[in-house]
Amino acid sequence: MTKLSRRLLLGTAAAAAALPLGRARTQAKSTIRIGVLNDQSGPYRDTSGVSSVACTKQAVAEFAAQGFDVDVVAADHQNKPDIGAGIARQWYDRDGVDMIIDVPTSSVALAVGAVAKEKDKAYLNVGAATADLTGKQCAPNIVHWSYDTYMLAKSTGGATVRSGGDSWYFVTADYAFGHQLQEQTTRFVTAAGGKILGSSTYPFPGTTDFSSFLLQAQASGAKVLGLCNAGADTVNSIKQAHEFGVPMRVAAMLMFISDVHALGLDIAQGLTLTESFYWDLNDRTRAFTERVKPRTPNNWPNMIHAGCYAGTLHYLKAVQQIGAANAKASGAAVVNAMKAMPTDDDAFGHGRIREDGRGMLPSYLFQVKTPAESKGPWDFYKQLSSYGPDEAWRPLAEGNCAFLKL
Amino acid sequence: MSFGFSRAQAVALVALVAVIIVAPGLVYPVFAMKVLCFGLFASAFNLLIGYVGLLSLGHAAYFGMGGYVAAYVAKTWGLSAELAILAGGAVGGLVGLVFGWLAIRRQGIYFAMITLALAQMIYFFCTQASFTGGEDGIQQVPRAPLFGVVSMQDDMALYWLIAGIFLAGFLLIHRIVHSPFGQVLKAIRENEPRAISLGYRVDDYKLLAFVLSAFLAGIAGAAKSQVFGFATLTDVDWPMSGEVVLMTLLGGIGTIFGPVVGALMFGALETYLAPFGDWVTVSQGAIFILCVIAFRRGIVGELGNRLRLVL
Amino acid sequence: MVTIFGKPLLLLYGQLTLGLVNGAFYALLSLGLAVIFGLLNVINFAHGALFMLGAFVAWGLLTYLGIGYWAALIVAPCVVGLFGVALERVLIKRLRGLDHLYGLLLTFGCALVIEGLMRNEFGSSGVAYDIPHALKGPLNLGFMVLPLYRAWVVIAATGMCLATWLLIEKTRLGATLRAATENAPLVQAFGVDVPRLVTLTYGAGVALAAFAGVLAAPMNSVNPNMGSNLIVVVFATVVIGGMGSILGSIVTGFGLGIIEGLTKVYYPEGSAAVVYVVMVIVLLLRPAGLFGRAA
Repeated sequence: MTKLSRRLLLGTAAAAAALPLGRARTQAKSTIRIGVLNDQSGPYRDTSGVSSVACTKQAVAEFAAQGFDVDVVAADHQNKPDIGAGIARQWYDRDGVDMIIDVPTSSVALAVGAVAKEKDKAYLNVGAATADLTGKQCAPNIVHWSYDTYMLAKSTGGATVRSGGDSWYFVTADYAFGHQLQEQTTRFVTAAGGKILGSSTYPFPGTTDFSSFLLQAQASGAKVLGLCNAGADTVNSIKQAHEFGVPMRVAAMLMFISDVHALGLDIAQGLTLTESFYWDLNDRTRAFTERVKPRTPNNWPNMIHAGCYAGTLHYLKAVQQIGAANAKASGAAVVNAMKAMPTDDDAFGHGRIREDGRGMLPSYLFQVKTPAESKGPWDFYKQLSSYGPDEAWRPLAEGNCAFLKL
Repeated sequence: MSFGFSRAQAVALVALVAVIIVAPGLVYPVFAMKVLCFGLFASAFNLLIGYVGLLSLGHAAYFGMGGYVAAYVAKTWGLSAELAILAGGAVGGLVGLVFGWLAIRRQGIYFAMITLALAQMIYFFCTQASFTGGEDGIQQVPRAPLFGVVSMQDDMALYWLIAGIFLAGFLLIHRIVHSPFGQVLKAIRENEPRAISLGYRVDDYKLLAFVLSAFLAGIAGAAKSQVFGFATLTDVDWPMSGEVVLMTLLGGIGTIFGPVVGALMFGALETYLAPFGDWVTVSQGAIFILCVIAFRRGIVGELGNRLRLVL
Repeated sequence: MVTIFGKPLLLLYGQLTLGLVNGAFYALLSLGLAVIFGLLNVINFAHGALFMLGAFVAWGLLTYLGIGYWAALIVAPCVVGLFGVALERVLIKRLRGLDHLYGLLLTFGCALVIEGLMRNEFGSSGVAYDIPHALKGPLNLGFMVLPLYRAWVVIAATGMCLATWLLIEKTRLGATLRAATENAPLVQAFGVDVPRLVTLTYGAGVALAAFAGVLAAPMNSVNPNMGSNLIVVVFATVVIGGMGSILGSIVTGFGLGIIEGLTKVYYPEGSAAVVYVVMVIVLLLRPAGLFGRAA
C-alpha cells in the first residue's frame, strides 16, 4: 500500500510537471490563448470563479474567430499575490498566453498588472475593485471592465443622499479596498449635502460578528448604514442588521447578485446596491443569460461574469482587426485597437474604452425586490436609477494615470 | 569530509547542485526561484524544529518582515540587491531576537503558541503601518542591481543570485548543525535537563539558534520579494507559518535535504494544481493526510530510512 | 449621561452583552477542542470545518427533509458526531503516541478536504438559514434591545457547557475519562475499553462543534469558510485556558468574548489582535495557561 501510494503520487507529480511544457511545445503560431485567472477555491469563488471561465468560453464560442484559433486556460490564484503573479509570468513567458482576464482581489490584481506591463501583454481586469488600475498603477496594456470603487461610490452614495438618506455611518473592512470605498463614498455623500456621523473599521479577514458595530451605528443616529466590505462580510452584516432590527437604510457598497441569493429575499429586500449588469435589464441581457446559462446553471451571471464575456468578445474583435500575429507580439497594440473601436455586446450594450483603460459602461442602482415582487428564480432587482457611460466613472484627469502624460 | 558531510550527503549535495544548475532549463525560472526561497525558509525553520526540537508557529513574521523591509529599501531608498536582502535578514533576525527571548522561556505547545501570538502581532502591525501599503502590499518593487552595477532584470541573472544565496544559507545551516554548537543543540533536543546539568546555558543556545533561524527566514523572504517584485500580507499571516511546517514535514523533519524537497513538493502542488480550480484544496488536504498515514518521516526521511542513510 | 473613556455606559453594557454572546461560541468550541486534546492529545484543526458541517447539516435537514431548527439542534450534532467517529476510526486512530505535529497536520488535511468538497457542492457565498419562528423578535433588557435569538444562544451554550462540565467532573463516566487522560494504560488494565472511549470522546467533541454550528447558522452566513475564520481564536482560547482544562476553556471563552467586545468599542481595528495580546501576556505570566498544570 505504501509503495503503491508513493508511486502514484510521484507519477501524478511528474505528469503535472510535464503538463505546461507539453502545452507550450504543441502551440501553433496562430492560436490566441486566453487565461482566466481568479479565485476558484476561496471566498470569491462564486462572484468570479468557474462562472467567469464559463462566460469567457461562451464569448469564444460566439465569436467564431476567422484565421486564428482561440483557446482558454484557467487557474486558481488562491488569493495569493505570489501564486497569481507566478502563474501570470509563466503563462505569458512560457505557455503562450496572450491575454489574462478577471483577477479579483486587489493585491493580486496589481501584482499581475505589473507583470503584464513588463511583458507587454494584454490584461483585462474584471474582478478587482481598485480604481488604481486606471489611476496610479495604470498601464497601456491594461483594461478595467465592469466596476471600480469610484463607480460604486458615485452611484450608491450620490443616489442615496438624493432620496433622503443624508446622514451616514460606515462599517468598513480594514484593508485597502474598504478604505478606498469609504473615502470615495464620503466624497459623494458630502458633495450631495449629506453628513458622515461616524465609522467603525473592523479587522479583515476574520470578523464574523458585526453586531457590535451595528449597535454603534444605530447609536450614532445616522439614517444610512454604509457597508464598505464584500462577500461573506457583507452577507453577515446585513443578516445581523436584520436580526437586530437596525432601523437604518442599508447601502451595500459592493454586492453581487450571488450575495443576494445567499441572503434570501426575506432579509435582503429593500437594500440598495450598484451593478453594471443585471440579467433582466433588457432583451439583449436576457438573451445573453439564456445562452450562457447551460454553462453555469446554478450561478447566474453577475457583472464580473458578464464582464468576462464582454471583455473577451471585444478583445477578440480587436485581435481580428490587427491580426493574430500582431496581437501576439504586443499587448499594448491590441489594447490600443480595443480603445479605438466602440464596444457593443449583449451584456452591456454600447460603450467604449477610454485612453486610461477604463471600460465606459452604464451603471445601475438597484433595489432588492420583496419576496412578493419576485416572480421567479433570480428575479431579485428593480432598477432605481442609472448613469450613462460618460457619467458613471471617475473623470480621466482625476485618475492621474501616468502614461497619458508622457 | 571536512565540511561535516557524510559520503551520502556529499553525493546528495552534488545532486542538489546539479539540479539547481539544470533546473532553469526544465522548469520556469521564476518557479525555480520561488522554490529556492521557500527551500531556504523551510531549512531555516528546520534548524529549530529538527535540531533543537522547538516548534515555532510564527515563522511567517520573520519571513514576511524580511520581504517588506527588502522591498521597501529597494523601492524607496534604491538600495542594491545584496544590501536589500541583507537588510531583510537583519530585521528578521532582530525581530527573532526579541520574540525568541520571550518565547524560549516556554515549553512544548506553549512555546509554539506564544510564537504564533507574537507573529500575529507583527501581522497586525503590518496591516496598520503605512509603509506596508496595507492589503495592496508594496507593489512594483524594482529588481535592484547586484552591488549597484550588475543588472538583475534578466530572470537568469537573478536566478544565479538566488541560487547563490540559497546555497550559502543551506551550507551555513549544515555547518551550524555539525559544529560543536550544533551538537549542543541536539543534546538539548534529546534531553534538556541533562544538557543543563552538564553546565550548558541552554537558554543562550536556544536563543542563538532562534535568531539564526529568524535571520535566514528573513533572508528568504527578502529574496522572494526581489524575485516577484512585491511584498504583501500573505507572507506574514499565519497560514504562511503553517505552510512552512507542512513543507518541512513533507520533506522530512531533521533531515538536511528534507525541507528543500518539501518546498519543491509544496510549490509544485500550489502551482501545478492551480488549473484544476476547485480541487486545489481538496488535493492538498488529501496529500497531507496521505503523508501522515503513509510516510510520516517525510519523503527524504523515508528514503534515508529505506537506504539506511542520514540525509 | 454617564460615560467611561468617552463612551456612554449604556453602549458599553450593550457591548458587554454582545461579547458574552460571542464568548458563548468560543467557550462551546474550545470546550470540544479541550476534551479532545485532553484524552487524544490531538490538536483538532478540523474543528472549524466540523462546526461548519453542523451548520450545513441543519440547513440540509430543513431544505431536503423539512426538519426544523429544534430537531436539527439534536440531529445535526449526532450526524456530525457519527462522522467524527468514522474519522477517528479510519484516520486519527493511527496517530496514537505520535507528536502533536502529526495530529495537527492530519486534521488540517481533513479540514482542507471537507471545506474544499463543500465549496465544490455549495459554492462560497453560502446558503440562507432563517431564525426559528419562536425566537424571532426583540428582548428589551433596559439598556439595549437584544434579539431574542442571541439571548437563547447564551442560554443554550451556557447550559451545554455546564452539562459537559458536570458530566466530566461529577459522573462515573467522567471519572473514567479523567483517569484515562491521566494514565490510559492503567485504566485499560482495569478493564475499560480505552480505544472505544477515545473514539466516543472524539465523536462527542465533534458533536459539540456541530451544536455550535447549528446555533450559529441563523446568525451568520452559512458558508464553507465560516469555520476557518474561527479556528485560530478558538485555538487561542484553549491555550490561554490551559491545554486540556475544561473549566479553563469555558471561562476563557466567555472572558475573551467580553474583552473582544470592549475592544470593538475603543479600538475596533485591534479586535482581532487583542486575543493574541492576551495570549502573550497570559503565557508570560503563567507558563501553562490560566488553569493548566505545568508540564
